[in-house]
Amino acid sequence: MDLVMLLTVFVLAIFVGFEVITKVPPTLHTPLMSGANAISGITIIGALIAASATAEMAPPLSNTFGLVALIFATINVVGGFSVTHRMLKMFKKKR
Amino acid sequence: MLSQGIVNIVYVVAAVLFIFGLKGMAHPRTAVRGNLTGATGMLLAVVATLLSPQFGYSWTYVLIGLAIGAVIGAVLAINIAMTAMPELVALFNGFGGAASVVVAGAELIKFFDMGAAEGTNITQMSIATVLAGLIGSVTFFGSYIAFGKLAEFLAVKWKLYWWQALVKWFAAVVFAALGVFIGYSYDFSLFGTLALVFFVATALFTFSKKAVFPGINAIKLISALATVAVGVLLVLQVMEAAGFTDQPLELFWLLVAIAALLGVTLTFSIGGADMPVVIALLNSYSGIAAAMTGFVINNTVLIIAGSLVGASGIILTNLMCIAMNRSLPNVLFGAMGSTQEDVDVDEVYKNVKSTSADEIAMMLETAQKVLIVPGYGMAVSQAQHSVRDLANLLEEKWEIEVLFGVHPVAGRMPGHMNVLLAEADVPYDKLLEMDTVNSMMDQIDLAIVIGANDVINPVAKTDPNSPIAGMPIIEVQRAGQVIIIKRSLSPGFAGIANPQFAADNTMMFFSDGKKAFVEMIEAVKES
Repeated sequence: MDLVMLLTVFVLAIFVGFEVITKVPPTLHTPLMSGANAISGITIIGALIAASATAEMAPPLSNTFGLVALIFATINVVGGFSVTHRMLKMFKKKR
Repeated sequence: MLSQGIVNIVYVVAAVLFIFGLKGMAHPRTAVRGNLTGATGMLLAVVATLLSPQFGYSWTYVLIGLAIGAVIGAVLAINIAMTAMPELVALFNGFGGAASVVVAGAELIKFFDMGAAEGTNITQMSIATVLAGLIGSVTFFGSYIAFGKLAEFLAVKWKLYWWQALVKWFAAVVFAALGVFIGYSYDFSLFGTLALVFFVATALFTFSKKAVFPGINAIKLISALATVAVGVLLVLQVMEAAGFTDQPLELFWLLVAIAALLGVTLTFSIGGADMPVVIALLNSYSGIAAAMTGFVINNTVLIIAGSLVGASGIILTNLMCIAMNRSLPNVLFGAMGSTQEDVDVDEVYKNVKSTSADEIAMMLETAQKVLIVPGYGMAVSQAQHSVRDLANLLEEKWEIEVLFGVHPVAGRMPGHMNVLLAEADVPYDKLLEMDTVNSMMDQIDLAIVIGANDVINPVAKTDPNSPIAGMPIIEVQRAGQVIIIKRSLSPGFAGIANPQFAADNTMMFFSDGKKAFVEMIEAVKES
């Protein structure tokens, strides 16, 4: 895809982010942060592609890097969503 | 295997799920579902990638990576205590940043070995690689420092527990080893050696026992300028070489190394009450780094998800700055409390009255509305469960309405107090925002402040020269009676005296937060 398209997507997504997140109440700031953090683990996709490359597709070093990135990103994704879930389950309304 | 077209459509669906997921976070009722929606989006994106034509089908590393990451992530998430949540969030932020750096590095290696893939825009790729490496590295190293300061093993003078010392040494050795490895890999060429020097400097920096020292702002500035210079050089070299030379790779590592020092110095001097700003800012960085990685590998879902997180972090950072009436540069570069002229503390605290649990129980008996204002001290003494017990007891025994007033920057991360009180089963509709509390302050008969100081300091409103001038506060001075639970009269993070402690309607209960509440519960039960 060409650069202008990608930049358009980038800018519009930032605006969507602003619109959606401005409405989050202070009570939920911590879960918002840890949930958003889990979403930023989306780099896992790049890591998967790099880690899975065969010898014809990429040099071994790039492959090793993929493995390292995959470990980091998976901790981020799995840990982030689980801990957010754990926190959110605690928020209850008055009995 | 799916076609790239179908994979891209699944990516769009994932992006939509992320947006709905974040939207769900707008209310506690929908938040659990929102988080699960986001997780579903992530799962879809991962599965689509595993079936995409870009995937290489060499499974060993993929399975190892997923297994190790999932186990570590799950163990951390399940076992961590709620009071340690700021540390964990900082750590996870760092891992996100690290992943971005390494993916960008992997792409660069591939590019130099195999040449540019068809249709690659080399300008875009090189600039994005520089930004992903730079921002990702600042995120990772900054987050490590934030983690270390929150877990209280960095920039402290006291003796560390063995596990704290272990983490500190392990991290420093890893940083230094990374530098040595890079220097060695490039036969100690100029750039390779410089990278070595910066990584070792970063490692040494983590042993500093002082958070602020002369010259730290100069290091911040110089390393910031150096990252820009090296970044520009790297872009130029990549564009000129278009592959087939190793030098840009050395430059990439040098960039990451300088950014490491930048991340460390930017975060090192920030502490205490400014921590929520830093955590929110690092959160934003981790998102922007992911978006930049998206530009490196030409992937829209990375760009969308990354920008959403970037925007969310910026909003939180901004809210935290407003809640302290400070600008972001002031938090990052300014040392707080230096503008204060000497106020005679003894004079301010001349009329301090202290009280006991029994006396407080008597005051509570006649109260109708009680406000509890929690601060970081509640987290430190782990008093949230006792606080809840007292609140429940007061409601059951004397039908007192107990409310909670939470300042936006109370604690060490945005929303810190709310999570702790939620853990203790305090219903969220009792946790009121600052403005709501202030508008009903005149009806409050008794305000109990636990472990908060600067956020209730009336000086913010009365003294334009104070370091916290203009900061919005919870105006407990307007409540009928104020009880402040604190171990001593020592100042808060801003380092200034708090005249509220000596106000006519205020009594101090000198005690550890948890102990104070346990004693108050006993006293109420007996009366």
